Order: sequence, then structure tokens, then C-alpha cells
Amino acid sequence: MAGTYNKDERIPSIKLTAIQYVIALILAILVSGLWRLQVLGAQNYRALAEANRIRKVPILAPRGKLYDRDGRLLVDNYPSVTCFLVPEQARNLDADLPLIADGLHMQTDQLHAILLRYRHQPKYQPIPLQQDITPDEQAFIAAHANELPELETIEEQRRLYPSNGFAAHLIGYVGEVSEDMLDDPRYAFYQPGDVVGRSGVEESYDPILRGQDGSRDVIVDSHGRELGALGIEPAKPGKSIKLTIDLDVQKAAEEALGARQGAIVAIDPRTGEVLAMVSHPTFDPNRFAIRIHRDEWNKLIADPDHPLMNKAIQAQLAPGSTFKIIEAIAGLQEGIAQTLKVDCHGGAVFYGRYFKCWISARHQSHGITEIGKGIYQSCDVFFYTLAEKMGIDTIAKWAHMFGLGQKTGIDLPNEAAGIMPSPEWKMRNYHQKWFAGETISVGIGQGAIAVTPIQLIRAIAGIGSGGVLKRPHVVFPNEIPADLKDYYQDRFPGSGDQVVPIDPANWQIVTDAMAQVVSFAGTAGFAHLDGIDFAGKTGSAQIVSNAYKASVGGGAKLNDTAWFVGMSPRRNPEIAVVVMWQNGSEGYFSARLAARVIEAYVNKERLRDHNLMQVAAKTNPDAGKPSSTVPVTVKGKSAPGAAKPKSIGQMQPPRVATASPTEMAALWTASVAHPEDPDAKQLPARIAAAFSLTKGTTLQAGTFLLPPPPTPRNGGRE
Amino acid sequence: MRRFLSYRDFDWTLMGFVVALSVISVLEIYSATLHTKFVDFDQKQMLWLAGGFVSMFVLSLIDYHILLDIAVWAYGICLVSLVAVLAVGTKVLGGRRWISLPGGIHFQPSEWVKLVLIVVLARFFTNLSGRDLTWKDIFKAIAMVVVPMLLVMKQPDLGTALTYAPVLLVGLFLGGIRFRQAAILLLAASLALVPAWYKVLKPYQKARLTSFLAPDNDPRGSGYQIRQSLIAVGSGGVWGQGAEKGSQTQGDFLPIPYTDFIFAAFCEEHGLAGAVLVLLLYFLLLMRLVQNAQTAADLPGTLIVMGVVAVLIFQIAVNVGMVIGLMPVTGIPLPLMSYGGSSVLFTFLALGIVMNVRMSRFVN
Repeated sequence: MAGTYNKDERIPSIKLTAIQYVIALILAILVSGLWRLQVLGAQNYRALAEANRIRKVPILAPRGKLYDRDGRLLVDNYPSVTCFLVPEQARNLDADLPLIADGLHMQTDQLHAILLRYRHQPKYQPIPLQQDITPDEQAFIAAHANELPELETIEEQRRLYPSNGFAAHLIGYVGEVSEDMLDDPRYAFYQPGDVVGRSGVEESYDPILRGQDGSRDVIVDSHGRELGALGIEPAKPGKSIKLTIDLDVQKAAEEALGARQGAIVAIDPRTGEVLAMVSHPTFDPNRFAIRIHRDEWNKLIADPDHPLMNKAIQAQLAPGSTFKIIEAIAGLQEGIAQTLKVDCHGGAVFYGRYFKCWISARHQSHGITEIGKGIYQSCDVFFYTLAEKMGIDTIAKWAHMFGLGQKTGIDLPNEAAGIMPSPEWKMRNYHQKWFAGETISVGIGQGAIAVTPIQLIRAIAGIGSGGVLKRPHVVFPNEIPADLKDYYQDRFPGSGDQVVPIDPANWQIVTDAMAQVVSFAGTAGFAHLDGIDFAGKTGSAQIVSNAYKASVGGGAKLNDTAWFVGMSPRRNPEIAVVVMWQNGSEGYFSARLAARVIEAYVNKERLRDHNLMQVAAKTNPDAGKPSSTVPVTVKGKSAPGAAKPKSIGQMQPPRVATASPTEMAALWTASVAHPEDPDAKQLPARIAAAFSLTKGTTLQAGTFLLPPPPTPRNGGRE
Repeated sequence: MRRFLSYRDFDWTLMGFVVALSVISVLEIYSATLHTKFVDFDQKQMLWLAGGFVSMFVLSLIDYHILLDIAVWAYGICLVSLVAVLAVGTKVLGGRRWISLPGGIHFQPSEWVKLVLIVVLARFFTNLSGRDLTWKDIFKAIAMVVVPMLLVMKQPDLGTALTYAPVLLVGLFLGGIRFRQAAILLLAASLALVPAWYKVLKPYQKARLTSFLAPDNDPRGSGYQIRQSLIAVGSGGVWGQGAEKGSQTQGDFLPIPYTDFIFAAFCEEHGLAGAVLVLLLYFLLLMRLVQNAQTAADLPGTLIVMGVVAVLIFQIAVNVGMVIGLMPVTGIPLPLMSYGGSSVLFTFLALGIVMNVRMSRFVN
């Protein structure tokens, strides 16, 4: 039974009221706390909540493909699986690393390095671990979905390059963006883990090719499980690019160079478009498109033959006798070479030292030699003399005008500038006086002079085009989107497009002599191409002195660099080829390689219609100057009696009739509708009529004078 | 002495507030467990509530003076069961708090201790029969609370142990402690806290107690719960994201959104408006309880009701304070809202006693 309690005893009501106030105060504090969070901080916390639950899953943009000039596919993409790691989803990341490394065939310290690189990124962002994982690695990830919830895979498009290193240096390769690039403000738009072009076209045109990654916003719970998708920002695929490369010419160049070390570049002198670019030894860019093994990379880097080096634009070597073309033009333009006659006895004394002519090795001599024979017989004594008469400053001036010692500005990364020596250059770099004897060496392209193949062919092609030099490039300028035009404006500094005025007579002398080089009289007679107007110049450049070579007992590695520069037709050529064969010994060996490239090009062009081009408008300058051409005013002296041209070096045939005979170049030997040759290309009627060709007769390649046409025509190459 | 108890005297107003909060609780538990393996917890909670209402009605019929009479015995049983828990209790989530009974029932003595302490302290202060508190009385009262408190802390269940303290504080306050005594006690207590911090508390308890001050320092560690809770409450805004639409709650970011963090889940889905409504219901309920205390027939009745008030306001303050980052994470459930049988039963039994006190006010 309940006890009794004093009912009179009461608690003062003020105490209970006090407690009521305390309760009210506590609740008021709680409400104010809620106000602070839900009213004042609502926006901030809502953003945090969004970040908490939304994960961006990247959708990688496929890179633009690369095509050749005829639209043939060079570089494609293929589907590949990449493994990502989401740190947030890991239960115990450090403990899992050895298992992950084992399953993905990686090193644990490699994983640590990757995680360290991404340490600043939010924990829910996936980190790319391994690209192009193999099916067994995919199976490993699938089988360990419960133990390793942090691993995720994504299928993406990856690069597929031509096999066997075909055009590898030109195309380049892609790889994960490097730390250096991330630090470079120019590459501010790159994120860690981005796959970017690291060499060749892939690097220089990366902004066009790369596209823009998209993302899928997915709602996840705190365990990373997907609860639903919010929206998709689709990836913008990279823009495909048409290269100026002609697959057929490239193939011919690759096959011509074969396993030899060196480089071949073929350009279209009218535009500077690169038709082919080969550098050997080569590498397989597919090894880079996926992950390259560290050992394999080290091997490529340490290889003394520098397989990663694009020798077409990076090898800097003495040009040897190919330099004589530049020197000949210089001598003619200076008015010295026209009348110069030298008696070659297999050598001559300059400044107290005896300089040999190459022919002395055959116990022969050139005898009386003028400029033409000097070129096609490559007489050293003639050019020693010419160099002595001009002096180094004049030679250097002309060489500079033709772009030696400067980058050409080709749209590929890491072009080398080469060296054009001069007294000023020597003083600046070596603080030494120029010795007169050095001028004699430079006269035959030896000594300190060093050129890159691309530089040399730009100069020779420019001379062949009557002094119009073009910036070599591998991507058609109209392939660059408007918004990136500014970016590419100054992206590749160099000598670019230039015009060096050359007197037509001098032009004719040199180009005709170059045509002689590949005739029975020239140094590369057996590179002659029957039926093709082919001109060129050999060069055999010493890399060590003969005395040194003899003292170490020779050896193929010390053999001369075999150069050849060639073009077709001889004036206003459509194609110019440079062959640089390291340790190839003799320039005429390279000449045969170049001939194969020229032949492949001509054979292809023969299949096209209207394959004629005008090389010069002799008279009626107004008629011969369509708006699309580059008229060149000739300041030099003309040969007496020759019609004085006002304009030369037009890159396009005029679209209006000329009233006088026109010099034309034809690249083909074609029948006029030969009845037994249905594949033979029809000659334009005007040409057939001009040469009084009847059925069954053929037109030989070469340059011709064409009588003025009776009616305006739409001629030339379409 | 005859008693005339009538349900006409039953506190239907108080009952209304309790029902309202219970309904809100069930709805929020439903929403918070919708996509989890605890999906039927709202139904279980309804069963607990049904049991709670029945217990409340039954207890409201038992004269609280009988409880006062048996309080000393009950207190003894409580101490024994607390020791038993430490010896043979079931280990759940790293703590020994439950005794498994046949039939799958888990019995958590520490919740019952609360109830017994309320009654036993009411009896203790009543028996002083109006004289001023001596230091001896004070120490006796403190000892009565601190002994079970230490046993519960040993389980370890810091949160529940702390809920015993307000019963003592309100008891001392209403029992007539002098200002000077209170000041000295306060000083002594704060001095005692220093060694307690270093010796008694386990590192994780310390981490939980301090991480609320700077939850962003370790967002994946002990600050995680607070951080997620703050995000949940804050992102609710004024009107909330809507029932079953709270991303923190539904996405499993919010820890245990059906028990300790149910108020965060509610705030996320119903915003400041919903939160203020719930706090208003609590306020009205507590005011009603204090009023009941004032109108109680005798001193022990008043003391019992005020003991219940003390426990409830303490739990509300600590739980809501934790959810909004003003208090450390202590694992104290929100009365009438959090899921859980022991919590529901304690609250309803306590309210049952309060009901009896109110119904007895005119009984002589």
C-alpha cells in the first residue's frame, strides 16, 4: 500500500517557471541553429549535397582520324577498355594495392605514383590506372568486383596506327599528358590523365584532333552504387584531318628507303604540301597508343640510331654537293658564274692549301669546266673557285635567303634550324675569326654548314620554282577550323613562304644542268628516268675527314652521307624529293631512291587528265597573270636575246589565253587515243593539235613550247 | 483510502502531442528506410508504439505511490542487472548493452534505470521532509546516480549514462540546493572532468565528443557523421526536399537516419518548417508536463514529472544539437521520434507515470 506524503509541502512555482524558461531557451537555441543551416547555409549545403551524390563519369571523345590527301584512312580508332580506380569506393586502398598491381600486371610503386599524382582530386573522381587492358585483366576486375569495389572499367576509342612504323614520325603518337606539359601554361586545358598527342601531327594538331570529353552525371549513394542518371553531356568527337600526304608516294618512299637509315621527304613545290615523309629507323606508334613498357621506352631512348627522331626535320647534316645548287644560283645572280671557266686537274690550291676534287679519287679530272658541267659533274674545283670569288658573306647571304640556318616552319613539333656558317656566326658562337679556307669548304657544302632534309628540299624546290619558296606543311590550311586559325598563325615560326627573285636565264641554266645530272653525262646517270622530266643534284657529304676515316680503318658508320635532291619537271616542278641516306657513301645511290619516288608520283599523275602545267608566260604579262598566281618581278640580268619575261614562277596555269607560245611541262608519255591501249589517257585536243600528233604517236615527257591557243580554255590541273 | 481514477481526468491534450509526434516518427522512419534492408522498420516501430501506448495506459492506472514504495527494491535490481549486462550481455556494435532473453527479446537495462532513478530520486528528496539540503544529502543523491552511471559508461554507453545526469540536476534544484552549494559542486565537477577526460573516456569517445567542433578536419573519419548530418539539414532549406526525396537520407550518406539521425533526415525532407513544427510539438508537450507537475497532488508527484521533463529536454537538446552540429555525437535517441523499442518503452512508461500523477491530482 502506498505511503502517505505531506501534501502541504510544495515546490515554489517560481522554480518550475524557471525550468519552463530554460526549456524555451534550449528550444530557441535549437531553432536558431536550424535557421543558420537551413536558411543561411541552405545554398552551400545543397551544393555539398549535390557534390556528395553526383559523380561525373567521363565519356571520352574519340580522336579525329587522319586521312591522306585522297581521303584514304591512315589512322583509325578501335574500342579499348580502360581501368579506373575510384578511391572513395575502396574499403582499404593501401591493403588492396598489391592485389590490384598483381591483377593488372603493374608494380605497386607504380600505383603509388599514380595515386600521388591525383592526390588533389576529390575522392569520388575516377583515376585512370591502366589503359587498353587485356581480356584476362578485365576478367580479373569482374571477378574481384566484391573485394575491389574501387576498380571500374570504361570502354573507349583508342588509336590504331599503320603497322611497321609506316609514316610513324610524321603521324606521331599519343600518350598520357606529361607532368611537364601540365606545368606549361600553353597546355592549361589539359587534365591529368588526358591522352594527348606527344609527337608528329598528333602533337601539333592535338587541339583539333582531341575533341571534347563528355560526361554522364550519375547519382550514387555513399557506397558508390549508381542510383540513377541525371543527364549526359555527350562527347564531342575530335575533327578528322586530311593530311597532304599521298599514300602512294609515301609507300614508294618507304619502300625506296627500305631498311636504310636516313630520311626521304617529297613535297609539292607549288604549295609546300608534303607528299611523303619517311625517317628510319622507325618505331611502332601503336606501342605508344597503348601503354609502353618502361624497358621498351628506355630502349628507344637509348638507341644510338635515335628511332624516335624525325630525321626529315631534325637531322642536321652537311649538305655536301647539293649545296652547289644554291651556290650556283648565288653565283649566277651575282653575275660571276656565267663567265667563270675553271680548268680542273683533280684539285687546286686555295690560300696555300690543296683542295681535292672528288674526281681525283678516280684518277681523273674534269678539265675545262663552266657552270653547267660544274653542276652535272659536280666539279669541286669549279665551286671552290666560285666560293673564293664570291666570299663567305655573299654565300651566306644567299643561303639565308633560301632558308638555311632557319626553321622552315613546317607544322610538326621540334623542327631543327640547321647552321649556315658565316664569319659573324663563328664569332658569335666560337669567338674566333673566320679562316678563308673555310669558305672553300663551304663552297662544296662541307665544314660547319648543316641542313635538315626539309630545309634543303624547300630551298631546292624554291629554286626549281623560279625563286618561289613555300612553307612545307603536312595539313591543308583549310583543314584548320576558323577558331583555331589564330592559334596556328604563329605556332610554327620559320622562314615560311618567301620569294627570292631569280633571273629566268639563270633559272634555266641551273635547272637544265640539274636535268643533266640524271643523264649519261651527269653524276647520277643511272638514276635516269626514261620518259620523265627529272632533274636533281647528288651530294656525298663527309661526316669525318678522310684522314680520320683511314686512321680508324673505315667502317660503315663513318661513310659519307648520301644526299640527293630531285624534282620533276625540271622547271616549276610538281614534286621535289630529298633523300638523305646516312652512311650511304655516294649521292648517286640516293638518286636512285629519289627516282623511285618521282616515278611513283609521275605514274600516278599520268592517270589523271589534263596533266599539263604552264611553266612561264613569255609575253603578254597581263594575260598571264590570273589573280590566283604569285607574280614575281625579275630584277636580275637576262640572257641576251631572250624574250624578257615579266612574270615567272606561276603556280597555276593561266585561265586566259596567251597570245604567244608558252613553255609547258608534261609529266607523261601518253598515246593519243591509241587503239590498242584503252587505258591510255587522252591528250587534250589542243596539245595533240599543237604537236601535230596523230593516232598512235606519243608525247614524251619534258618541257615544250606550246603555240598560242586560238580560243580561251580552261586548262591545267583541275 | 479509496481512489477514484477516471479517464475523464486522463491528459488527452498531452496524448494528442504524443500521437502527433509518433505519427511523424513512423512516417519519417518509413521514408528513411525505404531503400534499405531496414525497410519494415516503420511497421516494427508501430508495434513498439502500440506496446508503448498499452504500457502507458496500464501504468497510468497504477498509483505512483506504489512505485515510490518499491523504488528502492527496483533500484537494487537495476544495479544487479547492470552488473549482469557487463558479465553476460550480448555484444552488439562493440558494446555490451543488451541481455538476451528467451524468445528473441533483447533487454537493455540502462533505459529502465532512467525510470527507476526518476522515481527513487523523487522519493529521496521527498523524504527530506522540507529541511534544507545538507552536504550529506547531496552526496547521497549524487552517489545514487553516479553508481549506475559508471556501470553504464563501462558498457560502454556514454550517451545513456549522460541522460541520468539531468534527473540528478533537476532533483537537486527542486530539492532545494543552495546557490553556494551549487557553485561549489559545479567547480568540483569541472575539476573532476579533467582526469575523467584522460582516464575514463576511450579514444573514440573523445574523438566523437570533439569532432563536432571541426567536422571538416576529417571528413571521412569521426567527423563524417556530423558532416553528412549538417549537409542533410542544410540542404533541406526552408521547405525541405520532400518526403522520400532527401538525397542524403535516400543515398545512404546520412548515418542511421531512422534512429539517432532521424531528425536530420526529417529536416532534409521537410525543411525548417517541418523542424520548427516538431520542436513546437515538443515545446507544447514539455509545457504541458510542467503544468502537470505544478498541479500534482503532492511533492513526489511533482518531482517525478519534473524528472521526466529533465530527461526529455536533455535528450531533445543533445540529439537535435548533435544533428545540427552544436553537440557531440553521443548516440542519444530523440524521444518519440527515433526508432527503437527500449527508447519507446521508456518514454511511454514515463508518460504513463505522469498520467497517473495527473489523474491522481483530485484524489484524496
